[in-house]
Amino acid sequence: MSNNKVYNILIVGVGGQGIILASDVLGKAAALHGYDVKKNEIHGMAQRGGSVSSHVRFGKSVSSPIIKMGEADVLLSFEQIETLRYFPYLSVDGKVILNDAKILPPVVFTGKQDYPAGVIEKVKAKVPDTLVVDGNAVASRIGNPRVVNVIFLGVLSKYLDIPAQVYEQVLKDSLKPKLVDINLRAFHEGRSLVKG
Amino acid sequence: MKELLSGNEAIARGAYEYGVRLASAYPGTPSTEILEYIGDRYPEIKAGWAPNEKVAVEVAAGACYGGSRAMAIMKHVGLNVAADPFMTLSYTGVNGGLVIVVCDDPEMHSSQNEQDSRNYAKFAKVPCLEPSDSQEAKDLLGEGLRISEEFDTPVLLRSMTRISHSMSLVETKKRMEGPKEPGLKKDPMKFVMLPAMARKRHPVVEQRLVELKAFSETFPYNQIVMGDPSIGIIASGVNYQYAREVMPEASFLKLGMVWPLPEKMIKDFASRVKKLVVIEDLDPFIEDAVRLMGVEVEGKERTGYCGELSPEKVEIALKGASSARSVGAIDVEIPMRPPNMCPGCPHRATFTALKKNKVYVAGDIGCYTLGALPPLGMLDHCLCMGAGIGIAAGLDRSLGELARGKAVAVIGDSTFFHSGMTPLLELAYNGGSTTVIIMDNRTTAMTGAQPHPGTGYTLRHEPTITANIEKLAESFGFRRIKTVNPYKVKELEKIVSEELEANEPSLIISRAPCALLKTGRILPDKPYSIDKDVCTGCKTCINTGCPALEFVKIDKPAEGEKKRKGYSRINPSLCVGCGTCFEVCKFDAIKEAS
Repeated sequence: MSNNKVYNILIVGVGGQGIILASDVLGKAAALHGYDVKKNEIHGMAQRGGSVSSHVRFGKSVSSPIIKMGEADVLLSFEQIETLRYFPYLSVDGKVILNDAKILPPVVFTGKQDYPAGVIEKVKAKVPDTLVVDGNAVASRIGNPRVVNVIFLGVLSKYLDIPAQVYEQVLKDSLKPKLVDINLRAFHEGRSLVKG
Repeated sequence: MKELLSGNEAIARGAYEYGVRLASAYPGTPSTEILEYIGDRYPEIKAGWAPNEKVAVEVAAGACYGGSRAMAIMKHVGLNVAADPFMTLSYTGVNGGLVIVVCDDPEMHSSQNEQDSRNYAKFAKVPCLEPSDSQEAKDLLGEGLRISEEFDTPVLLRSMTRISHSMSLVETKKRMEGPKEPGLKKDPMKFVMLPAMARKRHPVVEQRLVELKAFSETFPYNQIVMGDPSIGIIASGVNYQYAREVMPEASFLKLGMVWPLPEKMIKDFASRVKKLVVIEDLDPFIEDAVRLMGVEVEGKERTGYCGELSPEKVEIALKGASSARSVGAIDVEIPMRPPNMCPGCPHRATFTALKKNKVYVAGDIGCYTLGALPPLGMLDHCLCMGAGIGIAAGLDRSLGELARGKAVAVIGDSTFFHSGMTPLLELAYNGGSTTVIIMDNRTTAMTGAQPHPGTGYTLRHEPTITANIEKLAESFGFRRIKTVNPYKVKELEKIVSEELEANEPSLIISRAPCALLKTGRILPDKPYSIDKDVCTGCKTCINTGCPALEFVKIDKPAEGEKKRKGYSRINPSLCVGCGTCFEVCKFDAIKEAS
């Protein structure tokens, strides 16, 4: 990747999944590493279980705070069908990191529409090297269901050129002291899921 | 050291650095966090939530008249509420600097319209500044205060969703105080807008506009950056960033001040480029002004009038096509995921109780507007803050027997204090048989739980008065006032039918704290459960729309099993034990937690 490359990371999911925190940490880590950073999210009604997306862009110099459709390098999705909703943002050379989780929207839990079947297979058909992780399983393994977001931040970090210590620093600076250890553990657990 | 700040954080930081002494606001997406950050981070600034935006502007006006630097903050539609003081503030001018921060919401991410606030600057004949990132959001607040003092005018600082909620790097500085000596000084010719005085002030306003126009020619945030002369782009705000992103080689006139416009600079820029295009969302505000200067320009035929622009839309507007190589869509019908009332939301209980009574409901703006969505589908009107009471009264009085026993208004507590008190008074005064339900969840929930005059505490969590809705309605002359717990759905149902029958205005206060509030919590936080063998699959509980409930379909009932389409299930990790589903179940299939 050339020096003027702007990294485009799109993080999507459902209100309450910790997407804003994950993208805040990524943005701050990129800034601490010396990149120009811009970041945007729609969170007006995020707390009410709506769809949430956060755009993080960093590089030598960044103009737009939102990613142009078709230019995301990474689509990190915390929920199956949210992957589909934002899929056209992904570049043909892009990478998908997918949390194997389903959160049923109202039309589904009220029995009016079915939750689409075979989402992961369909995503893999388009992007064969899609990485699927059962975030909830990993989180329960390390004993805290609320750190799924930071596990995926760890996964994502393996595909970016910002050193792990930088994320660690940001996590230490931005979390309440009692939450630091478990989140650092989650971050490294996430990193260990990616080979290399 | 540069910090990564959102536009709203940067504006709050600017208030601190540039010596603002007082800030007042009413919450509204995307502006809300500005006053929250001021409250949390900058004790030097006197700050508090006002009951509405009009009051916020008046409080800020008082502070600036006394020589303090001041600001009022609101979302775009808030400026409609504040338009009365705003328009005449233009005539009185200021003493200390006054900036009105207004945050537009193109695309209506969280709004009822997408009006373009730049028109207000033109209408009021005041300057309008527009930042294109967080650094400029902070800088232009400082410039706005300086311009306000130098030209004796309020200044509009226009942000929008993609500026307020975007983060970028900001250089921070120390606080400096404003230049004016604070104090009380009589100056009726300037501050008392009787006709005789106002007639003298109007020419001052016109002269000021001429001077501001000259100033805009040298304002450093208006800037020509020449590139390829075959196309010249005029843009401001986030649209400048989009245009830079997709056509970095073009020539740019970037505007940090969008009213009044620098005519000479625009004509000069136009003469140096082959084709001139304005990239702006919503109204052709700059485009029309440029055309009036006699300059040939393109704009809306490329960008359209509705919704917000985006990098891909701007690229298509400028180049005719997008250069991005998208992986494309996956051909699946994706279920929509609209925002929904939370598990345990007291509004769900109130709407569920209303459902039985087959009423016609005029509402307004708050979490309860979500009651319009399926499966509740209970709200029949949402116009603006506070409108429901007047609309219900108008329907009731004009339709007579056609609406008798059906016209209901619903309004939240924060919205009631914002603009529901005067229509409630109108209803008491002019009569009718409307039933008003104040859905009092003890907070301003939709924007993230800000306190208001009915909550007993302030922006900075200090204890204060608690306005009493019952006593207020009583003093207005209401004779029928009932206060109920909405989770007692059947009881509320009964009270609603009684009040609908009454041939005079009635008020029901449906009171329970927002399910997300930690203070005053009455929810047991113990999940209910459903006996799936008793459940008939009638979906009455499902149709409350609670996210903790799920309908499990049965395609083929097993041998000997009763015939049903499915059964309901409660997700124990989401259920907070409000009991609304328990109240509506006719088959005793739902069990309380032990």
